[in-house]
Amino acid sequence: MSTLLDISHIDMVFPTPTGSFTALKDVDLKIKKGEFVSLIGHSGCGKSTVLNVVAGLYQATTGGVILSGKEVTEPGPERAVVFQNHSLLPWLTAYQNVELAVEQVFGSKMNKQEKKEWIEHNLKLVHMDHAMYKRPNEISGGMKQRVGIARALAMQPEVLLMDEPFGALDALTRAHMQDSLMEIQNELNNTVIMITHDVDEAVLLSDRIVMMTNGPSATIGEILKVDLERPRDRLSLSKDPHYNRLRSDVLTFLYEKQRKVETIKSKTVTKSTQTKTA
Amino acid sequence: MTTSSVSSKLDLSSAKSAKLQQFVKATTKMLALPLLGIMIFLLLWSIAAKNIHTSLGEFPGPNAVLNQFNSLYNEHTAEREKADKFYERQEVRNAKRVEADPTYQPKVRKYTGKETFLDQIITSLITVTSGFLLAAIIAIPLGIAMGLSKNLNSAINPIIQIFKPVSPLAWLPLVTMVVSALYVSNDPLVSKSFVNSLLTVTLCSLWPMVINTSIGVSSLDQDLKNVSRVLRLPILTHIRKIVLPASVPMIFTGMRLSFGVAWMVLIAAEMLAQNPGLGKFVWDEFQNGSSDSLARIMAAVIVIGFIGFILDRGMLQLQRLASWDKSATTV
Repeated sequence: MSTLLDISHIDMVFPTPTGSFTALKDVDLKIKKGEFVSLIGHSGCGKSTVLNVVAGLYQATTGGVILSGKEVTEPGPERAVVFQNHSLLPWLTAYQNVELAVEQVFGSKMNKQEKKEWIEHNLKLVHMDHAMYKRPNEISGGMKQRVGIARALAMQPEVLLMDEPFGALDALTRAHMQDSLMEIQNELNNTVIMITHDVDEAVLLSDRIVMMTNGPSATIGEILKVDLERPRDRLSLSKDPHYNRLRSDVLTFLYEKQRKVETIKSKTVTKSTQTKTA
Repeated sequence: MTTSSVSSKLDLSSAKSAKLQQFVKATTKMLALPLLGIMIFLLLWSIAAKNIHTSLGEFPGPNAVLNQFNSLYNEHTAEREKADKFYERQEVRNAKRVEADPTYQPKVRKYTGKETFLDQIITSLITVTSGFLLAAIIAIPLGIAMGLSKNLNSAINPIIQIFKPVSPLAWLPLVTMVVSALYVSNDPLVSKSFVNSLLTVTLCSLWPMVINTSIGVSSLDQDLKNVSRVLRLPILTHIRKIVLPASVPMIFTGMRLSFGVAWMVLIAAEMLAQNPGLGKFVWDEFQNGSSDSLARIMAAVIVIGFIGFILDRGMLQLQRLASWDKSATTV
């Protein structure tokens, strides 16, 4: 399969009062159609910045993003984003939230009935058809995130961008959501970029895991191919030696090669020497 | 009777008494305490009133004020009766003249008796509402524009900060002169005094709405802005679907504050502009200087306070109806 999305040598420099801050340095990644790619790294390493550049919410300082042969210059529904904290409009019901997106993307292409069916289809896909007419404050965190995913899917994006979509959920709900996402992915085979800091989530869901080095001047450290058979089952995988090897590869990268230096400790000399010897 | 039946009866009665106790507690809090507060206030008021001697006699106590409420109401009904009789007489007279001369075009003249206290209350309410609505029509779009554009906000904010603390009494002479220069008509739809009071109310109640609306709009969640950008919503749809609903709670808070200001300003404006409302009533009674005047003014003070309270509650109800965020509308 050919490259759908080309993240081409991106540098990202933010101006700050104390001079410029280089967040990203030469991030280069090609993603094929139908591929599920996770970005993993310690917090503050610029994962979200990469995603925001792909979304068009930020403009890269140098380099650029090319989607299906066209350069990305502004946000757009063909690169739908699932935000970390759902970002549903609190005054609209689940149905209306999805409707807003459908109206905007398919406003003239679908008639009323088609739109209604499409909205309901997407809510059904995330198992939210029972609470379509509830507002965000009447449903749980996991359910809100489901609606957020339904809204993004309803835009029929070329690339689905997910910014730590399950980061704010408890472990059980998160596992449930991951299973749901795999189910949907099985059906739709979307191209997905997902940011996560959960190693299990990355291995379970991804085709490739992109591991990022720590900032400033963060870049891609290693890329791990996850060649596990689909559909994947978390229970049987937990005993699978290959799964565990992949998992330990990611852990090794994160906790040995790119150990997060605790800035508070490194300020005192004695403690920083202690961590070096440890 | 067995012991168990006795104890179950006791349980029942104790449960009943617990309920009763709760009821008594609730009513004490809701009714008895406010009533007690009012009683003590009335007592202190009447004691203080007896010891204040003005050139118009003793300061009116609660009793004198109550009497004036009564007589204000009687004056109102008497005036209405007079008006009814006037129209009756006019009709009979016109009928007679038409009978005598079929070509006669009957003239209908309006009754020109003096406004009663109730008429003045209604005039005040109409004036304050019109002034407030005019302010809202200007303030809300302006606030939205300022909230959306940081540059516009920086440009306009200093002007707002300077005009916000200006007293209505300072505006009124300017408004009066401008209105009499520009509002020239042989058959004016509304009187100049009404326009003067209205514009003064508008000028003073504009600012809280502008400020609150602009804050509400500018504090729109970045994530929601991003949703709008990803969807590529056109600017008007963005305002209609995202900005407006998100800032409705703040807009209504501003409107409530503004309405409070408007009501305060109105009384002062009416006094000076001689708009026949509550402000003019107070001023006329003060100029009148009869032995009842102070009691009548005190009655007006109470009415003004009561109406202000009811208007505020009305705005709160409106806010609750319009807002999706029910937690933002606590008293």
